[in-house]
Amino acid sequence: MKSFLYRNPTRASWAEDYSFLNKSSKEKPDDDIDTGEGDRIKKSYLKVSGLNIHINKTHILKNVDLEIPDKKITCIIGPSGCGKSTLLKTFNRLIDDTEGVKYQGSILVDDTDIFDKQTEITEIRKKMGLLSQRPCPLPMSIYDNIAFGCKMHGERKKKKLNDIVEKQLKAVGLWEEVKTRLNASASKLSIGQQQRLCLARGLAVEPEFILADEATSALDPISSKHIEELFVKLKQDYTIILVTHTLRQALRIADHVVFMYLGEVIEAGSADEIFNNPKQELTRKYLEGAFS
Amino acid sequence: MPCLYNNRKNIIMKFKFIEEKVAKVLMIVSSIAVFAFVLNIIYTIFRRGIPALNWDMISKIPAGGYYNGGGGGILNAIVGSLYIVLGSTILGLLISIPVVFYLNVYLKKDSKLAYVARLAFDILFGIPSIVYGAFAFTIMIFLGMHTSLGGGILVITLLIIPIFIRSMDEVAQHLPKDLLDATYALGATKLETIKVVLRQIAPGIATATLLSVGRAIGDAAGVMFTAGFTDSIPTSLSQPAATLPLSVFFQLSSPNADVQDRAYSAALILIFIVLVISILGRLITNYFSKHKI
Repeated sequence: MKSFLYRNPTRASWAEDYSFLNKSSKEKPDDDIDTGEGDRIKKSYLKVSGLNIHINKTHILKNVDLEIPDKKITCIIGPSGCGKSTLLKTFNRLIDDTEGVKYQGSILVDDTDIFDKQTEITEIRKKMGLLSQRPCPLPMSIYDNIAFGCKMHGERKKKKLNDIVEKQLKAVGLWEEVKTRLNASASKLSIGQQQRLCLARGLAVEPEFILADEATSALDPISSKHIEELFVKLKQDYTIILVTHTLRQALRIADHVVFMYLGEVIEAGSADEIFNNPKQELTRKYLEGAFS
Repeated sequence: MPCLYNNRKNIIMKFKFIEEKVAKVLMIVSSIAVFAFVLNIIYTIFRRGIPALNWDMISKIPAGGYYNGGGGGILNAIVGSLYIVLGSTILGLLISIPVVFYLNVYLKKDSKLAYVARLAFDILFGIPSIVYGAFAFTIMIFLGMHTSLGGGILVITLLIIPIFIRSMDEVAQHLPKDLLDATYALGATKLETIKVVLRQIAPGIATATLLSVGRAIGDAAGVMFTAGFTDSIPTSLSQPAATLPLSVFFQLSSPNADVQDRAYSAALILIFIVLVISILGRLITNYFSKHKI
């Protein structure tokens, strides 16, 4: 079998990237979660167990058990219609608005079940920044796009808002490009800039996760590279879950990979392991390009 | 055989060419017909209305014997119409925006309630205003009310609500799902998305308002029973109010040709008001939809 391992251009070496693996096995704390995949997942905030989703009698997600490692980039890969996006939308319960949706199982975020009746849905969503396939700026100015979320969560002080807008625009590398026209309409930005604005808008409400649903598929190569580099930078502070159709993208930036097929999680593990040494035949075939 | 094939192809090409030309001519003819129609109406109103138009018309209320050629103007009708339009537009917006918001944000796309509601509004849309007038009149009699400005505003509000709702709804139905999702993802409740939704459907609100104002200011049958007609300017909601369309009607009914010409002046004023409101509406829309995506 050919090696699928591509080098990540944004990082120094694989050895460096996966140094945490060795470290975690050496310094394994007692309360570490045993995932059955070895001790790769050092800490997980998001844990899916026995998740089943039916939409109008169609079984979309089948018995999904999954752990998402903290402060890492997790790529969910798989062929079209395998339930990747549904899974992502379940994390922040955007799936609720779908007609005829039924779910069983649990998703624990910070030990809180997001399906629990006591759980405030807006709190869950606030924790999960969403980046959709096509950039979707709000019909407001650039400034208001970022300030909107903060204002909604009660921030009224002008100075604080200004600081947040500047900080988040700098975080996504958009500040220099837009600082002179913060009151211009967000729709006037290029599509790549819009996507970065959407990312900054999500970051402004201080999430813990970034959910990206094929976030680069509508962008040109340079803008996609920008976004990918941002993800690599942001994983220091955020847990990033990325649904992607592009295997190469997963190869470039993933730390942890989840392979899904027809609503089931076939294999999940570190990028190194999945790409170089997949345990399942189906995963190997998908990586080889036998189907997509 | 290739020769025959080419021949047939040429004929088809020629036919397509002629078809294109004929279609284009037909389109131009229908556009001209509509335009000529509008011009004709405007010409007639101007030709008969301009000579009778004077400052008294828009600054004075009818003096005694106005409808038999006496002095005075139609200020009563201008003010009455503006009161009714303003009152009913504000009331209409206040009632229809929540309805549209509920239909499009709270209810799911294939909700049965939404389907029934839309059907109901379509039916209400098609009901003639005289029926609304008669309906309101029955209720007013039941409540022991007299014809009044308030009654006129209410019946015109009822009349324009379906217009408001259906035209805003058309725009709101195309609200991008991604936009709502993006707003929810920031931790917004459904109610909090209204800020985003309103900005996005601002052009729809403006169009709906213009359509409604046009219908409200031009309606005669609905206000005939409910607002009544008077020569004075109403000072409270319980007093009767005159309206421009009824003023046109009463003046046109006069056997006196001079008074009939005044009816055309009144129509001219009515058209001018609609024009001013339309231009204002477009300017306001452009302002509010500058951020639309």
